[in-house]
Amino acid sequence: MKRSITSSSWIIGCAIGVAIVFCGPSVASAAPAKDSCVACHSQLPDEYSKPAKLYPGDIHHRAGLSCADCHGGDRNDDSMNAMSPAKGFRGAPTKAQIPAFCGRCHSNPAYMRKFNPSLRTDQETEYFTSVHGKKLKQGDAKVAVCVDCHSVHDILAPSDPRAPVYPTHVAETCARCHADANYMKGYNIPTNQYALYEKSVHAAAMEGGDTSAPTCSTCHGNHGATPPGLNSVANVCGTCHVMNQELFEKSPHGPIFAKMGLPGCVQCHSNHEILAPRDSWVGTGPKAICVTCHVAGDNGYKAAKEISNGFDKLKSTYQKADTVLNTAEKSGMEVSNARVEMTNAHSDLIKARVAVHSFNAADVLKITNEGVATSQKAYEAGVAALHERDYRRKGLALALIAIVIAISGLYFKIRKMERG
Amino acid sequence: MADLKRRTLDWLNERLGGEGIEEFLRHKRVPLHRHTIWYYFGGIALFLFVIQVLTGILLLMYYRPTASGAFESVQFIMTQVKFGWLIRSIHSWSANLMIFIIFVHMFSVFFMKAYRKPRELTWVSGMLLFFLVLAFGFSGYLLPWNTLAFFATKVGTDMAGFVPIFGKWIMVFLRGGNQVTGATLTRFFGFHVAVLPGIATMLIAFHLLLVQKLGMSVPPGVERKIKAGVEPERSMPFFPNFLLRDILGWYGALGALGALAAIFPWELGTKANPFGSAPAGIHPEWYFLFMFQTLKYLPSKVFFIDGELLGLMLFGVAGAIWVVVPFLDYKAGGFGRVTRFFTGLGIFALGYIIVFSCLALL
Repeated sequence: MKRSITSSSWIIGCAIGVAIVFCGPSVASAAPAKDSCVACHSQLPDEYSKPAKLYPGDIHHRAGLSCADCHGGDRNDDSMNAMSPAKGFRGAPTKAQIPAFCGRCHSNPAYMRKFNPSLRTDQETEYFTSVHGKKLKQGDAKVAVCVDCHSVHDILAPSDPRAPVYPTHVAETCARCHADANYMKGYNIPTNQYALYEKSVHAAAMEGGDTSAPTCSTCHGNHGATPPGLNSVANVCGTCHVMNQELFEKSPHGPIFAKMGLPGCVQCHSNHEILAPRDSWVGTGPKAICVTCHVAGDNGYKAAKEISNGFDKLKSTYQKADTVLNTAEKSGMEVSNARVEMTNAHSDLIKARVAVHSFNAADVLKITNEGVATSQKAYEAGVAALHERDYRRKGLALALIAIVIAISGLYFKIRKMERG
Repeated sequence: MADLKRRTLDWLNERLGGEGIEEFLRHKRVPLHRHTIWYYFGGIALFLFVIQVLTGILLLMYYRPTASGAFESVQFIMTQVKFGWLIRSIHSWSANLMIFIIFVHMFSVFFMKAYRKPRELTWVSGMLLFFLVLAFGFSGYLLPWNTLAFFATKVGTDMAGFVPIFGKWIMVFLRGGNQVTGATLTRFFGFHVAVLPGIATMLIAFHLLLVQKLGMSVPPGVERKIKAGVEPERSMPFFPNFLLRDILGWYGALGALGALAAIFPWELGTKANPFGSAPAGIHPEWYFLFMFQTLKYLPSKVFFIDGELLGLMLFGVAGAIWVVVPFLDYKAGGFGRVTRFFTGLGIFALGYIIVFSCLALL
């Protein structure tokens, strides 16, 4: 897809000269009324008229820019002279020229201010720091340039949900090249990142509509796309997972990982296939990650076991309390105060999961023990509610017996009275 | 002991003139026929009203009518106050049961043509009491200040805004402003515990006075059979025979209330958040469902009239006709087409209420 767009844009650009001779009426456009480029191109066969047909939906068209603003030439001239170099005609750029072609405007703060004062103007500079930019400079025409990600002639604002660079589409856009094993041949990098990312907790969050969830560009950058180095992995993850990063850096693992050249977070959580963490990853069980390095008897192994036990205790107490409260609620008992306690206990569980990154058993257990105490309190409230329910039902039974006796007494009295 | 009782009664009679009441009770009789059972529903409705007053007074001791304290005070009543759960649940269940019994009472009176001359005013006062009870329900529903009540009140008071000319004024008057806020809660509390009970007490007294003065109405069919000598004219003394049967019904109602309160305590829900969004599937109390469902079916515009306005106008006209039925069904005691039309109208109204309420619940 990417390649076809790029190559077709060149072909279309080159065909402009031929196309001009078939000039005809203009297509509907918000750009200035007279536009000989659109007038001719819209009459050409599909491949050559595509830019003119696509362009009305382009963000540049909505900003009042015409073909000539990018490609040069004279849009008021209906003759072939419209495309003469004397009239500033630049034609279609080659792939290597594209960053500079877009950068002519997008790297000019004074010009861009007229359209969007808050838009960055360093994309071109940043692009040449990226792997893509560096390789392009080395003459590699396969790497991505502006139009490969943003499309061409139908460019949309990144905030437009239809745009290929809108958060929900970024991974697919990158995958167009990076998941294509044939295309990526020769680069010696894996092509399964997209498949792995699709399984990740981040992709699930994005699919769930959370556009702030990480996608490729969140960790790798967009215009300056580069794989994060070993030392910066924690910083990348830490942009969102602030507490986890802080705790990790202060933990015994922080300096040791750095010394051993291990990539921080990725060591346990992987990189693209970042699954929703499980409590079973901590501890000494068969699914535990800790035991991949720690062995029975060492301090890390002991700490892992203690932390895991703390989790188990908190979760079982929480579950027990939740079951009792559910039963009480189903019986119509008012246990909202205990439910508030349960949210606190659940917060403790979340806090403990974050505190794991300190790898300090005492710190984690302090939090899990608080959660256990809170859950226990909620459990007792639930048990009290169930006792109260039983008490009410016994009271009801007694009251109903008294009422039935009274009704029977009245019934017999009426019968006796009316027979008498 | 018997002597002490007689002397106490004599002492009271001497000062209060109780002989009149005793005499009245001794001579008052209630007709006895195959439809007598319907006479008890008025008494049960009165009994439930008394329960409402008593439990309402008890709730007042802890309830706080402010947006910041109402929900918490009801929560406190339900969880901390000894038997608070029972009092609140009985208050809520009794309110609903009372409205149901009043529906039964109203339709039984309607189909037995008990509104015919000279009982027109008994019917009119009863209808006013019925509207008053609906107002009790609407105002009381908001008082726990929970999410469901908040949005139901918002929708309900919005409806008032559709009334032509005075609509906006009525809405602002009910809400105490343009929006449902703490001011609405305080206002509804005032209506619920002072204004409405005051009017209701006077109307109930008037209604009972008319019932006692005019006696129970015998259905026209039974009356004709008695006149034709097909059926004997039977009756029973009001005191003690009818009253004891009434009490039997009250005990039954009390048992039902206790069981409902103990097995299905009235839910509290979550505290109202005026800035939150309305919960899905929001609907009013069951006794307003048939109107709610009708408004849902009406298109937004019927010719040049707003759908909601048209619905309200139709219900307003129907309610007004219902109130003045005794004056329109002027041959209620006979066989004529007019009276058959009104019986048909009653069957249609009952069917409409049942069908549309069920549709709203589906």
